[in-house]
Amino acid sequence: MKNLIKQRETWLALAILLVIVLVTLRFSRFSQPANLLTIFNDTSILMMLALGQMAVILTRSIDLSMASNLALTGMIVAMLNAAFPGVPIPLLLGLSVVIGAGLGAFNGVLVWKLNIPPIVVTLGTLTIFRGLVFVISGGAWVNAAQMSPDFIALQRGVFLGLPVLSWFAIVVAALFYVLMTRTPLGRSLYAIGVNPTASVYTGIDVGKTKFYAFVIAGAVAGLCGYLWISRYVIASTEVAGGYELTIIAACVIGGVSIAGGIGSVAGVLLGALFLGVINNALPVINISPFWQMAISGSAILLAVVLNARGEASKGRIILKKAEAA
Amino acid sequence: MTDPILTLTGITKSFPGVKALNDVSLELYAGQVTALIGENGAGKSTLVKTLTGIYQPDAGEIRVAGQVVTLPTAHSASAVGITAIHQETVLFDEMTVAENIYLGHAPRNRFGLIDWRKMRAEARETLDAMGAGIDPDIKLKELGIAKKHLVAVARALSIDARVVIMDEPTAALSQKEIEELYVLIELLKEDGKAILFISHKFDEIYRIADRFTVFRDGEQVGKGFIKDTSQSEIVQLMVGRPVEGIFPARNAQIGDVVLEARGLSHPTEFDDISFAVRKGEILGFYGLVGAGRSEVMQAVFGLTQPSAGSLVLDGRTITPRSPADAVEAGIVYVPEERGKQGVITGEPIFKNVSLPSLRKTSKSGFLRLAEEFALARTYTARLDLRASSLSQNVSTLSGGNQQKVVIAKWLATLPKVIILDEPTKGIDIGSKAAVHEFMAELVEQGLSVIMVSSELPEVLGMSDRIVVMREGRMVETIENKGLKPETLVRLAAGILEEQAA
Repeated sequence: MKNLIKQRETWLALAILLVIVLVTLRFSRFSQPANLLTIFNDTSILMMLALGQMAVILTRSIDLSMASNLALTGMIVAMLNAAFPGVPIPLLLGLSVVIGAGLGAFNGVLVWKLNIPPIVVTLGTLTIFRGLVFVISGGAWVNAAQMSPDFIALQRGVFLGLPVLSWFAIVVAALFYVLMTRTPLGRSLYAIGVNPTASVYTGIDVGKTKFYAFVIAGAVAGLCGYLWISRYVIASTEVAGGYELTIIAACVIGGVSIAGGIGSVAGVLLGALFLGVINNALPVINISPFWQMAISGSAILLAVVLNARGEASKGRIILKKAEAA
Repeated sequence: MTDPILTLTGITKSFPGVKALNDVSLELYAGQVTALIGENGAGKSTLVKTLTGIYQPDAGEIRVAGQVVTLPTAHSASAVGITAIHQETVLFDEMTVAENIYLGHAPRNRFGLIDWRKMRAEARETLDAMGAGIDPDIKLKELGIAKKHLVAVARALSIDARVVIMDEPTAALSQKEIEELYVLIELLKEDGKAILFISHKFDEIYRIADRFTVFRDGEQVGKGFIKDTSQSEIVQLMVGRPVEGIFPARNAQIGDVVLEARGLSHPTEFDDISFAVRKGEILGFYGLVGAGRSEVMQAVFGLTQPSAGSLVLDGRTITPRSPADAVEAGIVYVPEERGKQGVITGEPIFKNVSLPSLRKTSKSGFLRLAEEFALARTYTARLDLRASSLSQNVSTLSGGNQQKVVIAKWLATLPKVIILDEPTKGIDIGSKAAVHEFMAELVEQGLSVIMVSSELPEVLGMSDRIVVMREGRMVETIENKGLKPETLVRLAAGILEEQAA
């Protein structure tokens, strides 16, 4: 099993390399380190969001509201910044995480206490959160001129040769790695995804564990709300519209099983990077945006087919010689 | 005497490690009800599955009206006129009654499409002939279980079945509904169907059956006419085998009461259950399947909440609201469905073992894999688990070894009371003995064991005392000294003493 997951990640990394090589043949500057770092930086937000989504999908749930959460939290901190430019940025940063986590907790409580299927809950909050963006902003934008210079500068700063935004992604990925492999909560996320019934009998509170997963996904979405707004320097009602599906796509390409219980941090990072590379490479070699969407879509289907084959039951091991293998 | 409609001869069916059916034969006659009787695990369900095309026998012959037939699929079984009515009906809730009756053989019109009008008319005709009073146009889910049985019978009539198998059809019915079912069976008899009636309940068998066949451990051990045979003769056939000898000797010191249940009740599952298990004791729970034993244990383990009654552990009243509470208090539960409720298949052995003990093996919120491995190694070694490594996926282990993983998981939490629900169900003889030996060791070390089991030899061989349950109530708690298997069966099945004597 472990070898299999490793293999899948290896193949994904090879696929990314292949795309880079192919594009470089047409456009030699594509593979220059500076450009690759730009792609990484461009993909940072997607990587973080996909990791949050993975925590939820592992528990046989799904969070469709992440992009709306991002837009709402982003709008709140942008409006706060516009109204009170004196509020320190680290405080706004912390606030975005807390607001996002709160919105995630709302999802989580509905799933946990009322036992509503996650897809229904988050389909509802997808619309509610997006609607609240309209309500609080009155449909107006917060633009660059209204934001304080510090608000915009933070993620653009460079630390040890990398943009701060990239560092955010690296730190979040490291935290997720520790969470998933080194904490009881991470272990529970996998356990309830693989076998919810046995998990109940083992004394794991399945509802509560799902609640935590939604809080984690919400917190990440909130953090990315601030990062997104300060990166694209515009807070509007349209921010990240439809992006929830890109997040899920990154998870699926990265080998996260929609049926729960299977997925790794490395896989999800590669899944997000794969989408990032495709989206960066195709315009460079003059492929129309329509074909970009078709190619991204095909990549998702291909990933699902490969994962399904990988997860297919091998049957019972009855032969002694097969057991040794 | 007429020839039988259905004849089985020399049917043998093996599963890895178990011979489920060994050279059995069976005859069913037109217009007669034959009762199939046997303990749990005697091979009754395997036989039903063989007859309905779900299992293929390894050897033997099936004849329908003298013709040898093979039944490679469920469809081929219904094609030769064999149909089964199961304990929980296997019909489709979202479809109408008429659709259920004619699913797979609906009348067609000249375009090859389903002729709805004809189908409804015929369904109504069949149902009216049975006096069922069911509207063929309503959805099946709106009917109660008894009415669903009627639909299943109507389906049997509509496909012109010659053999009708009824697998514990009364298990979920009320007394009134059972009476209605009897009327229906009479109807089927008059119609010339051969009926195989599987039941644990002697009153039913004596009420409805003409003949009987007794199975024990996958073999046919007796048959005859019900009217010529007394209940105690049949009980004798069911249990007639020596039970001593294969169980480990026990030298545990029995101490004070550890866990006591007082008047546990549940609105629908059980009523007024009281028992006490002492230190170093194995308390057996015996009863027929569906007597409510597992349900009581699930309440003790905090999976469900009893509506009345209390639990006292070491002199302290406890109210476990979740399995986590129960584990915390020192009560653990090894569930019956190993694959579904016991092990997390797809995860390695060590993760399964350490799952409920993660708080112990982690430090300031972080897991320590080395500690987990040490814990898993200690407890799996005590159980003599056979695996190539502790990182091996549990889904690749045999049933017996999976059971050991579940038990190791719970021992690692250092429990006071361990509840084993059908601990040796579906595992091979060698592993069974290992589990039994291990139970003896557990009580020697001062644990209290509650063992729910439907296997008579196991209950008699392992328990110090036995609680017998029937239909959600406690019948009796007996010391296991010189206890005869017949007594237990009688108590569990509700046969009166003087009748059997």
